[in-house]
Amino acid sequence: MMSEVKILTPVGMLGYGLNIPDFWKGVALKPDVITVDSGSTDSGPQKLGAGVMTCSREAYVKDISVLLKACFEHRLPVHISSAGGDGTNAHVDAFFEIVREIAKREGYGFKVALIYADIPRDYIRGKLRGGKIQPLGPVDDLTEKEVDAATNIVAQMGAEPFLKILKERPDIDVIIAGRAYDPVPIAATGIKNGIDPALCWHLGKIMECGAACAEPQGRNILGILKEDCFEVEPIAQGERCTVTSVAAHTLYEKSNPLYLHGPGGMLDLSECTYEQITDRRVRVRGSKFIPSPNYTVKLEGAKKIGFRSIFIGGARDPIFISQWDYVQTKVLEHVSESFPDVGRYELIYHVYGMNGVMAELEPTTQPAHELCIIGEVAAETQELATAICGRMRTGTLHCPYPGKIATAGNLGHPVTPLEIPLGDVCKFNIYHIMEVENGLDLFPIRYEEIR
Amino acid sequence: MNALTPLKEIAKVIRSKNAGPFEITFDIIFRSKDDYLRFKETNVLTKELFCTLYNVSPAKIITFGYFDILNAVKATIPRPRAQGSVGETDMHAAQQHAPLLDILVPWPRRS
Repeated sequence: MMSEVKILTPVGMLGYGLNIPDFWKGVALKPDVITVDSGSTDSGPQKLGAGVMTCSREAYVKDISVLLKACFEHRLPVHISSAGGDGTNAHVDAFFEIVREIAKREGYGFKVALIYADIPRDYIRGKLRGGKIQPLGPVDDLTEKEVDAATNIVAQMGAEPFLKILKERPDIDVIIAGRAYDPVPIAATGIKNGIDPALCWHLGKIMECGAACAEPQGRNILGILKEDCFEVEPIAQGERCTVTSVAAHTLYEKSNPLYLHGPGGMLDLSECTYEQITDRRVRVRGSKFIPSPNYTVKLEGAKKIGFRSIFIGGARDPIFISQWDYVQTKVLEHVSESFPDVGRYELIYHVYGMNGVMAELEPTTQPAHELCIIGEVAAETQELATAICGRMRTGTLHCPYPGKIATAGNLGHPVTPLEIPLGDVCKFNIYHIMEVENGLDLFPIRYEEIR
Repeated sequence: MNALTPLKEIAKVIRSKNAGPFEITFDIIFRSKDDYLRFKETNVLTKELFCTLYNVSPAKIITFGYFDILNAVKATIPRPRAQGSVGETDMHAAQQHAPLLDILVPWPRRS
């Protein structure tokens, strides 16, 4: 039982680059653990759907090298979660390979724990048949067809696998976890040391984006868990945590800011107080954690749905711009006549200067004096997507419209190729809550030693 | 003496962002409890106005509320389409806040 636990988080997303001088200032404050989340669904379904990592391997090597230096020289444990962005088994292994490579290069030795989060399809099918899987928010019910279609399926682990490692192997230097609920690595060390889990989870929520909860937003942040409160302070002297900036971060990316559901329970922040205790430090009290009667985890999955090609064109003719709705309808008719039998495909116009950013949510009806038109096509093969995109582009370029007096072409194209193949197009097809027996069995742990 | 003042001149933060791949959430955060309470009392920003600005039906609103302990208003709606698939216009949903900037609020005229 410790009366105080200090956690250093150097950056909100591993691979985004560290502020190295500030990081060493943070290390000098003698934290109990360094934690970094590297996961997010926020940059899209491409990671899970196509198996790619959020950042380049080089970017991860750069950041992890700094963390491992601190780990080796100061015997500070380093806990990394959601390896590679999506947290698949393949990316846990890729991160372990990076750690091994750096250790070999620098002559470090480490004891490493790996936690995996891929969920077997048979297990999910069984849960589905037993009625134990529900949509999370505005999502369709899960079907076995979608389970089969997903390229990768992971579940967000809670703190349990971390706690098991911390208890049975206190000698572990580095934990690399697959997909985890973002606050887990921050919360786990606090919970292990007997701090109120509600405070640990709430601190995790605030610190998982690094010093994004400071103003101006930064990278390195220190969290201090105490018996009845926690405190946060950014490392960089030019940054401050204020009551407003910390409370604002509680809202960030959350559907509801007061009740946050996670693995095993709900964080209730409805009675929290935020107190400015120094110019740069905020103290928070009153967080509550309400365990749920049945343990649930969030499933995430994405599938490949085809290939994408686009074209880019600009329009400056005011008569053309005024007839855009007419042109759009005509071109879509023309394309569907040309490609009646090629299977399913989708065409979408993005019209910047009209509603390119907000689409159906856009309240402004007055177009700008020039438009950037992007035609997007998704089809079963790359060749087909590019062919349909070509027809869509030439159809738009030469479409007749009422009042037309410029007969040479409707678009100004900035780049070649005029049709641009973009590769896989993916889609999130699993975002569901699954009831499980406990928070541990789904997430196998492997111990390794690098000498 | 009050003057109609755009919300962007009153609030400290006005933003939109994904809340997971299937929802968009909007935050309006005020500089102080005073500003927040004054704004709340004007009753200018209602669920109905929000629905009009974003052309969504009230039944689709997932969260709409004034959160006193955070000095903030928050609204959450379903994404028009799953994040990052065909037809995506804003991967992070970070540019969906603009219609909120110019909401006109009766506000004390600056001297």
